[in-house]
Amino acid sequence: MTEKKSRLRNENYIAYVNSFDPPTHHFKNCLHAFGVGGFICCIGQFFRVVLESAFGLSGDELSGTVSILLIFLGTLLTGLGVYDRIGRTAGAGSIVPITGFANSVCSPALEFKTEGWIYGLAAKMFVVAGPIIVYGVLSGTLVGVIYWLLG
Amino acid sequence: MFSEYLDVLLMFIKAFTVGGLICTIAQVIINLTDLTSGKILVYFMLAGVVLQGLGVYRYLVDFAGAGATVPICGFGYLLANGAVQGAEKGLFGAFTGALSAASAGVSAAVIFSFIMALIFRSRSKKN
Repeated sequence: MTEKKSRLRNENYIAYVNSFDPPTHHFKNCLHAFGVGGFICCIGQFFRVVLESAFGLSGDELSGTVSILLIFLGTLLTGLGVYDRIGRTAGAGSIVPITGFANSVCSPALEFKTEGWIYGLAAKMFVVAGPIIVYGVLSGTLVGVIYWLLG
Repeated sequence: MFSEYLDVLLMFIKAFTVGGLICTIAQVIINLTDLTSGKILVYFMLAGVVLQGLGVYRYLVDFAGAGATVPICGFGYLLANGAVQGAEKGLFGAFTGALSAASAGVSAAVIFSFIMALIFRSRSKKN
């Protein structure tokens, strides 16, 4: 079979498969993402209010503690298997908040535990979080160096 | 007294709206481009770094509180903010600032994930 023919066949096949896909409900997806994302942010805001008024935290300490609490909740719900179930309907609403970051660290750690402590659990922990830290450090330090150069 | 409660309530509404809108933008991008969740997280984190590098994201944090810090762009904001604050002390500060600011989140993610991996089994196959 010539290259052109096989490419045409592949394209036809993909179009054929796509015709059986359920249509994506763009508006419904966005509404779910808005609701779930907003709700998670409200939990964060609730922690902020409680920590600020009851423990007198402020500034970096306050936002850091809120992050730690949300990451704890994210990993706990991932361990219980609840977070993936939320994620199926919420889409980006469960990915973008910091709990989604916690889920992306915890979920491969759980899944690859059977492959060993070092190359399984520890290495796979950073499959998704690794790129975030790599580009975060690169871009963050770049911003810092630019500010230092500008004085 | 009453206005104090109203302020707290207003802050919750702002957090819900801004946090929800950031997630909706991500959902629109996913719907239109089929980007995977890992790429979305990286791009949104980078957006936070760039916006804070330009000094804009701080205003969103002041406006919406947790609505701006809880999404992953808040993580980028934290990195850039730490680097900028470090840069005021010198070049060494500019190097250490970003990761020091993010250390709470990264440590928490690693420690809690490890503990949860000890306690639970993977359920992604079953449900």
